[in-house]
Amino acid sequence: MNKAKYVKGDKIKISSLFPPGHVRTPFFIRGKNGIIDYFWGTYPNPEELAYGREGVPGHPLYKVKFKQFDLWENYEGSPQDSLSIDIYENWLEPIK
Amino acid sequence: MTVHNHIHPHQQDIEDTPFTEKMLLAQAVEELIIKKGLTSPEKLREQIEFLDSREPAIGARLVAQSWLDPVFKQELLDSVNQAAHKIGIDTGEVPIQAVENTDKIHNVIVCTLCSCYPRMLIGLPPDWYKSREYRSRTVREPREVLKEFGTRISDEIEICVHDSTADLRYIVLPLRPKGTRSWNIDRLAKLVTRDSMIGVSQASIQ
Repeated sequence: MNKAKYVKGDKIKISSLFPPGHVRTPFFIRGKNGIIDYFWGTYPNPEELAYGREGVPGHPLYKVKFKQFDLWENYEGSPQDSLSIDIYENWLEPIK
Repeated sequence: MTVHNHIHPHQQDIEDTPFTEKMLLAQAVEELIIKKGLTSPEKLREQIEFLDSREPAIGARLVAQSWLDPVFKQELLDSVNQAAHKIGIDTGEVPIQAVENTDKIHNVIVCTLCSCYPRMLIGLPPDWYKSREYRSRTVREPREVLKEFGTRISDEIEICVHDSTADLRYIVLPLRPKGTRSWNIDRLAKLVTRDSMIGVSQASIQ
């Protein structure tokens, strides 16, 4: 999982999964559609690190951007308001 | 001389409240890592003193420098760690990303999972930053949260909330206030508050 699968501009969906254990993907973002904004590089897997393991192989990490209107019903703000969040590749699914 | 004829309530000393489980755990871990030789009391104290020495003035200097020097600003946007190192500021190994406010975008930082914060540049986070309310409402209704901090952002401007969920930390580069054209770095740095680097307020002359 070392090579980045996505590039800036790719449309993705955050997996709607609810595994047990330590994960770094907040509930509110699961199942939501966003766009890859930046590839940060590969970082130790936090889901392994949390249990005292080495976190290898590392996971590609991306900055993913969302429109607030796509995240919340009745969002009160401007249509251009956005949310940017760092998500590991194992939580991303391509949107065809 | 006035006569002291009233009773003061007893003011609690630290030892008057019981140790919490977390305090005991921290104490136990500290003793253990020293006994195991993983660190020494001196090294531990040095590290605590280093963290305690981090304060918003450090971040403010970086921001003020970026206002004065476009080349430095670009370096800061490319890598806060490297740009800071160049002017003698140690930011540690955790990568820090600067996000720049412009006349089109206003950035604000939150960590919905815990309380990730650019400690190396602005010190320990305020209690409200760690509160459930700030963490949950900033992603859901950022404009309302900003209003409560006295910050009104025009609807024409995009508000971008950065949720620092992973390996990076964020710092906001606030907009340079108008009317500061001839100001030097020390004067400019005083305008850059902790809250303006979190993004809940803006730098202003008042």
